[in-house]
Amino acid sequence: MNTMSLTNDIIQQKLTEKFGEQLTEWNEPYGMLTFTAPKDLNLKVMTYLFDDSELNFKFLTDVTAVHYPNRINEELAVVYHLHNLVDNVRLRMKVFAPVAQPDVYTASGLFSSANWQEREAYDFFGVNFVGHPDLRRILNVDEMDYFPLRKEFPLEDQTRIDKDDDMFGR
Amino acid sequence: MSRPVRFNIKSKATQDWGINMADSPEGFTGEGFFATSFDKVVGLARKNSIWPLPFATSCCGIEFMATMGSHYDLSRFGSERVGFSPRQCDLLMVMGTIAKKMGPVVKQVYLQMAEPRWVLAVGACASSGGIFDTYSVLQGIDQVVPVDVYVPGCPPRPEAIIDGFMKIQELVHNESLRRRNSDKYKLLMESYGIM
Repeated sequence: MNTMSLTNDIIQQKLTEKFGEQLTEWNEPYGMLTFTAPKDLNLKVMTYLFDDSELNFKFLTDVTAVHYPNRINEELAVVYHLHNLVDNVRLRMKVFAPVAQPDVYTASGLFSSANWQEREAYDFFGVNFVGHPDLRRILNVDEMDYFPLRKEFPLEDQTRIDKDDDMFGR
Repeated sequence: MSRPVRFNIKSKATQDWGINMADSPEGFTGEGFFATSFDKVVGLARKNSIWPLPFATSCCGIEFMATMGSHYDLSRFGSERVGFSPRQCDLLMVMGTIAKKMGPVVKQVYLQMAEPRWVLAVGACASSGGIFDTYSVLQGIDQVVPVDVYVPGCPPRPEAIIDGFMKIQELVHNESLRRRNSDKYKLLMESYGIM
């Protein structure tokens, strides 16, 4: 147990010492440390956060994706939420990938919980997690031929022809 | 003062309760015999002993629980026995939102039922997808199985479910014994890829 509790400032300082200016967009929405890493560095940063005896981020709470159509050549964000269970500190790391070739290294080697969550992110956003042991759809039907949460696709079921646009606001 | 114990022995009182007996079908009657056509007897028997299979996935299922409960009491219609094996049941009652991933399950349950079988789609979701006009929800179970009666409502009240059930009873009662062998029925099954 550390004598001094782990603060966001200490985490940011340690990460900056290790990775320098490569980590950007530092922010603390609602007190949760958030930063962006280059997508090829995602495993290195997470491994450092995992292995460092002071940082100790050994639990992956969430992996999800966001589609920002306006961020040209980095449309897809992959968001990792990490949790230090000893000091009860959480942080959020983002990496950005182009939608044309959304290759991101899988975190499933480091965290087994990433297996399910990366399949989900692939299912809805089409993020290609390189090295994932079993990257196929998990929540949607296998026959689905698109990634439904990308912004270019409307929410509504496109197979319906009986719903009037004026009446149903489609 | 103790409450007097009464048994159902007052014949006058039982008459006032208005117990309904099913009418006997048309036929010839005489001393010790009654002759009628076979499908009328079969229809009468089937109609008053339908075994429903509840396929409840959401709020319509809660309404169905009320329908089966003592207040509404679906058992009055001869459906005392709710079956949870499709192989024993006559009526598939689909109540609730069916996600596209659940579609093959509904179809599998339908395929495991023995002919003659009927399907009741209860509620807006089972009938048309309802408010869930979205990529993940089946837009009506009639995309995977043929439906006999649709009950509208979101969710429908137990009275509406009972009304739909009585419509099913009507269909069961009047169905020709040869209907399931007809070309029209075979074409219907083929359109769902069931053979």
